[in-house]
Amino acid sequence: MIKPIRALIAKPGLDGHDVGAKLVCRALMNAGMEVVYTGLRQSPPAIAKAALEEDVDVLGLSILSGAHLPLCRRLAEEIKLRGIDRVLWLVGGNIPDRDNAALAELGVDGVFPTGTQFDEMVTFIRERVKR
Amino acid sequence: MSDKKNEVPPLFWDSGLEIKPVYTAEDVENSGGLESVGDPGNYPYTRGIHPMMYRKRPWTMRQYSGFGTAAETHERFLWLIENGQTGLNVAFDLPTQCGLDSDDEMAAGEIGRVGMAVDSLADMEEAFAGIDLNKITVSLTINGSAVAIMAMYFAMARKRGYDLAELRGNSQNDILKEFIGRGTWIFPVEPSMRLVGDTMEFCARNVPHYSPVSVCGYHIRESGANPAQEMAYALSIARAYIDHALARGLQIDALAAGITFNFDIHGNLWEQVAKFRAGRRLWAKILREQYGASNPRGLRLRMIAGGGGGGLTIQQPENNIARGAYYALISALSGTQTMALCSYDEAYTIPSEHAAKLSLRTMQILMHEIGLCDTVDPLGGSWFMETATNQMETRIVELMHELEEQGGIVQAVATGRVQAAVNAQAYEQERKIQSGQIKKVGVNCFVEEEKQREVEFHPYREDEAAKQIERLRKIRSERDGVKVDKLLLVVRAAAESGQNIMPAIMDAVESYATVGEVCAVLKDVFGTYREPIRF
Repeated sequence: MIKPIRALIAKPGLDGHDVGAKLVCRALMNAGMEVVYTGLRQSPPAIAKAALEEDVDVLGLSILSGAHLPLCRRLAEEIKLRGIDRVLWLVGGNIPDRDNAALAELGVDGVFPTGTQFDEMVTFIRERVKR
Repeated sequence: MSDKKNEVPPLFWDSGLEIKPVYTAEDVENSGGLESVGDPGNYPYTRGIHPMMYRKRPWTMRQYSGFGTAAETHERFLWLIENGQTGLNVAFDLPTQCGLDSDDEMAAGEIGRVGMAVDSLADMEEAFAGIDLNKITVSLTINGSAVAIMAMYFAMARKRGYDLAELRGNSQNDILKEFIGRGTWIFPVEPSMRLVGDTMEFCARNVPHYSPVSVCGYHIRESGANPAQEMAYALSIARAYIDHALARGLQIDALAAGITFNFDIHGNLWEQVAKFRAGRRLWAKILREQYGASNPRGLRLRMIAGGGGGGLTIQQPENNIARGAYYALISALSGTQTMALCSYDEAYTIPSEHAAKLSLRTMQILMHEIGLCDTVDPLGGSWFMETATNQMETRIVELMHELEEQGGIVQAVATGRVQAAVNAQAYEQERKIQSGQIKKVGVNCFVEEEKQREVEFHPYREDEAAKQIERLRKIRSERDGVKVDKLLLVVRAAAESGQNIMPAIMDAVESYATVGEVCAVLKDVFGTYREPIRF
């Protein structure tokens, strides 16, 4: 039997707008993935720790406050520190296109701004997480 | 009427009402008649809470604003007032909303980003310097840390010589909706209710013209609720606060007068107007029939409405200018007291000055050019609108009963039941938009190939953030530290003993205790909320 894809959806920082994060959780669950949702106000170290402990294939951050660059910078340090590799790192929310390159440089594998189709996200994950 | 030529597919509003292509007097009768419409300014206020409405006094225009430091926010306030805005609607940054000081580790990258950074009374003093607090009514958009921020606002007013017994204004201070949708909670549900109760009691006794709570259907709708649910949950929340405060021996009339509402507008025009007319009537009926309230000030549902961020799109953002104008139109047709529009760039950032001014001008055009102030409740008496109002009222009552049967709103929030229901609905809605079942211009129809999306993001100012931290440290080193420590112990004692917390917090912040310090004491006593995660 094929193990389902496991994803951690996290809300880093103080932003409390979680409609998008919860929509993504449901969309991934409906696509047959196992989803762990961290809840609000998680620090980058706590998120990295959860990704390790939950042994996930996908790590998705939802950020709407505009603080995606400083938050991802801190998470990138944690990911490196803990030697987390082979995790597909995605970021969604209010992300202007011009920040895509900076996020990619930090190790983000995919950016899904507000308004992304669920199917697009699911396909992106399935193509990259090999089973 | 059954010939094929006139057959049309059925139509349902988000709230579940089925809409006919044609309405007649018979529909009004079948849905409950016109008995409870009444005259404007009279119980049950279906047609508006004042007899002359906008003919006598147009709505207040109060755009949500605030960013960066107190000094920057102060400048924006002065600019808005200069441009004809008649009230202030203050946005606070996330650290302030979450009860953290600017030098807290979790505050990094968020200082002044989505609102003004407030650490101590000094920030409050600077933001409102020279602004006449009796002329410009100030609305504080603060929830989790409301006790600290309200205390600071009152302390600032007192220090400037205002008599609290005369002070007007309002705070959002609706913690139940934060648990449902907006997420800036701090303490668990039960002590959070107590803190709201403390502010209500304090205001009823000391600041009687101030409205301590603005119940927000807005964020519940933004989280996925339909318009009928928005109203039903909001009225249930308002009841929960009133029930809590009544147990302290306060009078219903004083309490009801201290509650205002904040509602959402997006989607179907008629459905929103029916929602507001029905909600206004139902609230008056509940207060009079179930609580024995009699003072008209309390019976009147006073509201701010206009914005609806959820209706705006990041695609083809200029379309949001048109959407905003229609939302403002709906708001005026609904008889709102205060209007705040979401600016066209608000789907992705804090409004630019340009966008904020366009919103203000939109409201001014409605007010001065196209006749929206000419007559009261212009849609009243329409067979369609009166039927829809009746049916909407019935639907809202059903939803409120359902909630009661499930143990009430406080219980439903504590267990996460409301959150799960609203979230499931948000998913369905999004799925329908993605599949094109619900039309959204520029998103799933009339789509344009967009180049690089060049949105003007409000820049994060590291230098201003550093300045704010510097300022906080300076205040900590210059204030009477021994006195602050002592006053924080008084706050702790009040939190532990259950006596009203507000006087102790006012004394502490007056001596420049910070938001973070006050909230740390309260967290120590009350603990921190843990989200029930349910799907």
